[in-house]
Amino acid sequence: MSAAHTDAHDHHHDHRPSGIMRWLTTTNHKDIGTMYLIFSLTMFFVGGIMALAIRAELFQPGLQVVNPELFNSLTTMHALIMIFGAIMPGFVGFANWLIPMMIGAPDMALPRMNNWSFWILPFAFAMLLGSLFTVGGGPASGWTLYAPLSVQGGAGVDMTILSIHMMGISSVLGAINIVVTIMNMRAPGMDLMKMPLFVWTWLITAFLLIAAMPVLAGAVTMLLTDRHFGTAFFDPAGGGDPVLFQHIFWFFGHPEVYILILPAFGIVSQIVPTFSRKPLFGYDSMVFATAGIAFLSFIVWAHHMFTVGMPLAGELFFMYATMLIAVPTGVKVFNWVATMWRGSITFETPMLFALAVVFLFTIGGLSGLMLAIVPADFQYHDTYFVVAHFHYVLFAGSIMSMMGAAYYWLPKWTGRMYSERLGKTHFWLTTIFFNVTFFPQHFLGLAGMPRRIPDYALEFTEFNVISSIGAFGLGLAQLLFVYIIIQAVRGKNKKATAQVWEGADGLEWTVESPPPYHTFATPPTVK
Amino acid sequence: MSRMRYRMRNMRWLAALAAVLFPVTVFAEWGLNLPPPSSSVAARILDLHNAIMLVCLVIFIVVFGVMFYSLYAHRKSRGHEAHQFSHNSKLEVVWTVIPFLILVGMAIPSTATLLYMEDTTESELTVKITGYQWKWHYEYLEHDIGFFSNLSTPRAQIENREPKGEHYLLEVDNAVILPANRKIRFLLTSNDVIHAWWIPKFGVKKDAIPGYINEFWTNVDSPGTYRGQCAELCGKDHGFMPIVAEVLSPEEFDAWVESQQPKQVAAVMTDAVASTAEEPAAADSNREWSMDELMEHGKTVYFQCVACHGVEGQGVPPTFPPLTGSEITTGPLDAHIDIVMNGKPNTTMAPFKLQLSDADIAAVITYERNALGNSVGDLVQPSEIAARR
Repeated sequence: MSAAHTDAHDHHHDHRPSGIMRWLTTTNHKDIGTMYLIFSLTMFFVGGIMALAIRAELFQPGLQVVNPELFNSLTTMHALIMIFGAIMPGFVGFANWLIPMMIGAPDMALPRMNNWSFWILPFAFAMLLGSLFTVGGGPASGWTLYAPLSVQGGAGVDMTILSIHMMGISSVLGAINIVVTIMNMRAPGMDLMKMPLFVWTWLITAFLLIAAMPVLAGAVTMLLTDRHFGTAFFDPAGGGDPVLFQHIFWFFGHPEVYILILPAFGIVSQIVPTFSRKPLFGYDSMVFATAGIAFLSFIVWAHHMFTVGMPLAGELFFMYATMLIAVPTGVKVFNWVATMWRGSITFETPMLFALAVVFLFTIGGLSGLMLAIVPADFQYHDTYFVVAHFHYVLFAGSIMSMMGAAYYWLPKWTGRMYSERLGKTHFWLTTIFFNVTFFPQHFLGLAGMPRRIPDYALEFTEFNVISSIGAFGLGLAQLLFVYIIIQAVRGKNKKATAQVWEGADGLEWTVESPPPYHTFATPPTVK
Repeated sequence: MSRMRYRMRNMRWLAALAAVLFPVTVFAEWGLNLPPPSSSVAARILDLHNAIMLVCLVIFIVVFGVMFYSLYAHRKSRGHEAHQFSHNSKLEVVWTVIPFLILVGMAIPSTATLLYMEDTTESELTVKITGYQWKWHYEYLEHDIGFFSNLSTPRAQIENREPKGEHYLLEVDNAVILPANRKIRFLLTSNDVIHAWWIPKFGVKKDAIPGYINEFWTNVDSPGTYRGQCAELCGKDHGFMPIVAEVLSPEEFDAWVESQQPKQVAAVMTDAVASTAEEPAAADSNREWSMDELMEHGKTVYFQCVACHGVEGQGVPPTFPPLTGSEITTGPLDAHIDIVMNGKPNTTMAPFKLQLSDADIAAVITYERNALGNSVGDLVQPSEIAARR
């Protein structure tokens, strides 16, 4: 509690420019966290509108809304924007706000770099979106940018490549900042094995980012030189190899998948104990499971490409390694269930989202296990079964965990409670429409509908109709989310206490709500 | 017409609504699982799929049975007090080891099936498949037969100007003809970007990659028509390059192979000696065509160019250049003939002398120069094309 006293003192030193200059020049982790989160939410809507255009086209067989070229651009951009624009910056936003407050640090270790890594993003995405307006349109080769298809296409592809470079720089800078902060700025007594699990998952995620993003940068640079400077890395006519691109891309791409989900695991591991009023079950095994998943993520990449015609030994190795991931992932799910077991459970909105993440992510995890089985994968690969699978892990896993996190920490940040009634409405609308949208896609995939097609055979009509209806419901429900956030930020609701939640535990709950501009200028002591 | 479409749309709405309200009844017709297998490969995959699906379902029900029981029984609103335990080493070892053993149990049949699928030896027929943007080429290596297979669904159906047929988007002009009950080995490659050849009922899907030759095999149980689609994003018309296999009984297949032989020989001969047989292609090459004839025939041949160069010759710049007012279609005739016959290296523009007859090429060039907003006025005779072969 001595910390709170010091914070009150710090209030008098909040020198900062006002208006736009505050946000352009800020080095404060809370301001930067807020900007990341607003950026993420904006991109979530931009990518969401693209998804709705896709679903509108697929509402019926035949071409109605967009032409095939634009359709391919939309699927490509939807993925790039949701992955690099919505999910990754969203998690970085939470990391910025929470990691210093959770480990008792006054700010991030490298505040100017923090500012820079955020401000790269709006320019990167302006360039990516700008590619839609070039002759030839935006990138249309899928977010995986497989060569040689991505060698075709106009300046839009080059703009995409450069914007991916910028996003990569931003991510790596952000990740370095997180590693340095966690390694050097923990309060006295905050041992590594005492850190909140959200901090642990982010530490491991940051290492994955530092290892994986440069690989993507390499892949797209080779693509760029193939396109313009006469190299033939991926062109068989010049002695190159199209499959090489896929190997490099997925060597980045699979760790990327865990970059997108490990912080979600961290969030769930914060929320579930709070509303079960019990400590997290199996803390140590949670940390080891996270590290185990991170290690395995580097040796399973080729399970994304079982149909390229790898040698048998390769197929077997990648199948076995991929199946192994089920073990640490299972440990996590079991630990969450054991955390709830014999607790004293309540169902506020953050808990509802966390429960949905556990439940729905596991569906995606189990379909992932099925996809690992090579012979079966030959049937599932590149069908809507895969589309359903990764939306269960990315929407229900990553995005819904962030929604839960927003409800969980918003009262701390704004000092006001959100409307519980509206929050629960938002939860149920999101969960129901999510399942209406994506569950039928499992059946479409099994029935034989390939992904990334703008038009389809008549036998796929019914499930596509359902899926499109669900998508529009899911999209509209998110307007309610924005309304709830604005309501809470504008401070009309009930005041939040410092503790906010009865069962909440951790340093961020020891400072007042909203927290002062600078927290923990004098480090707290952790027992 | 529009009223009918409107009514159809209404019906779909109703169907969707019914599906939401009465899922079980409707789902029965729609197929919830992999399609019924038609080959030993697909049958094994289906068994494997069903088995792992079952294991996953059981795990899911057990884990979430426990979770939902806890959510029910250990609620604060029921007055449940929280116990403060947070470790149980024995339990943690058990739930690490059991999943591992389940995985081993799944890996064994998966490995066996994979070994079975990868064994392409002792095949009785080899078919080479080449992917093009956006069509397939089939070549029977032992029999010297080869042809292209294009989508045959009319543009009007895709653009909703005509009601859609039963096999909308899953129909082609030339289906690949295969024998039932024979082990067929497929060799697979691509001419441009990566495609993937897939017929779900055969249980095979493989990427067609430029510079690679992949192989796989299947053995189809019974004669019939089997349909699939390209499964790897290959550009604009990825959704419009279906795969149709016409499977015949072994005797019918042999008869079909036999019937294809003379034509093929004749085609080879036209290449070598332009003025032999009464083969119609050769006759077409020799006679003088009128402008109207060329334009009329050219319009139908141009259908093959539409995917890239557009219905009105507008192209898709910058990848696929427009033909309206372009240097090629309005410039020297020589260059125009050259690019159509020999293609353009490192682009999708294929050497069409391999795909089209002399008359086709002459007609389409004439058409391109005098339609699509161009009016150069010259024409090309099939004999000129024949002379340049």
